[in-house]
Amino acid sequence: MRNSLYKKNIISINDLKRDELELVLKKSAILKKKPEPNLLKNKIIASCFFEASTRTRLSFETAIYRLGASIIGFSDGNNISLSKKGESLADTISVISSYVDAIIIRHPQEGSARLATEFSNSIPIFNAGDGSNQHPTQTLLDLFTIKETQYRLNNLNIAMVGDLKYGRTVHSLTQALAKYKKNKFFFISPDALTMPNYINDMLLEKKISWTRCQNIEEIISEIDILYMTRVQKERLESTEYANAKSKFILNTKTLKNARSNLKILHPLPRIDEIDYAVDYTPYAWYFKQAANGIYARQAILSLVLVEKHFK
Amino acid sequence: MQINKLQVEAIKCGSVIDHIPSQIGFKLLSLFRFTETEKRITIGLNLPSKKLGKKDIIKIENTFLSEDQINQLAVYAPCATVNYIDQYNLVGKIFPTLPKKIDRILICPNSNCISHDNCINSSFIFIKKLDKNMNLKCQYCEKEFSKNIVLS
Ligand SMILES: [Zn+2]
Repeated sequence: MRNSLYKKNIISINDLKRDELELVLKKSAILKKKPEPNLLKNKIIASCFFEASTRTRLSFETAIYRLGASIIGFSDGNNISLSKKGESLADTISVISSYVDAIIIRHPQEGSARLATEFSNSIPIFNAGDGSNQHPTQTLLDLFTIKETQYRLNNLNIAMVGDLKYGRTVHSLTQALAKYKKNKFFFISPDALTMPNYINDMLLEKKISWTRCQNIEEIISEIDILYMTRVQKERLESTEYANAKSKFILNTKTLKNARSNLKILHPLPRIDEIDYAVDYTPYAWYFKQAANGIYARQAILSLVLVEKHFK
Repeated sequence: MQINKLQVEAIKCGSVIDHIPSQIGFKLLSLFRFTETEKRITIGLNLPSKKLGKKDIIKIENTFLSEDQINQLAVYAPCATVNYIDQYNLVGKIFPTLPKKIDRILICPNSNCISHDNCINSSFIFIKKLDKNMNLKCQYCEKEFSKNIVLS
């Protein structure tokens, strides 16, 4: 298997071809079964978090340590001398790129990771979230979890629930799953937070079926994956929020007619959209999904930094 | 036809951008930074036009536009023609075609897009929609906008 990800920047899930997704999933599965603690020995990786995101940062850093690499970096852009001195993102990246083998970047502005690639002197950049735009490793871990639990990425019925307008995880996951055949999507959200047109158009163009539904019960008996997301209070008027909250909360009653293979995913953190009682059902998979983030991130880091895999 | 021509001074050598929709001529001047030159520029606004009713026209002396510049004109002025003049004679006539990509001249409508930082230039690609409309997609923030939103 040729490793076409070697030396590539990982900025957007849209940049990855289906073969490349497969490569990451395959490597993730191998690393989950058999750790390779020396794979990135002697590599130094910069973890540059211009905004705080503890979960993503710790997940990346764990992945790095498990592969035997070292980390430099910062966890919050407000507390670093770089931004205090008003140094631009471009300058920061070009300086750090002379120290390390790869740079992980999290930044509040959309497009920042793409911009970083123009100043990194060919050192690979990993996007760990650029504003509301992309978070490709989240999508890779979502795909890995879906494949692991359903044994396939095609011919699936996937429901996405919550804030579908601003939720970048659901956008990227839909884009990624649209690369596979015969998947069907069900979108469930408050009226003010429906899937953006560019996603619906993309599905239409690829002749992929999608349906807007009023509630989860309607489709629970048809779906394989239930992808829940949080509805942020500030996105809705207060009465609308109260209404949305009651409508899009998942409890054990909602799951009564679920398929036996159903898995519930959530990018976390959860607020109250999944009742705690659901955690004890066999459908709850969000914590295992988060744990898979380590393997997916290990996989993508090692594929980009080491040319030869799969002896 | 003769009357129209005389409304803007003829040039000896250079480019004439004709059939620009009225109200757009001024915009083109600033967007394409045509004024950042020492060359003599003549602009005609709201001239009568058989094709458009009213049109703008820009003449730039001793300058020939690059193919890229000409095609980028098509975004704002799809019916424009670019005439090359030498010794007062028409030596070339070019009809712009929409480019695949448009750099620098547009501003991303997404206020949180990194392309607003002053050290970088914007970059958009054209995306043809099912309804035949054209959208523009920002290469940085990856957001897609209808052409009108980006151009206004
Ligand atoms: Zn943008």
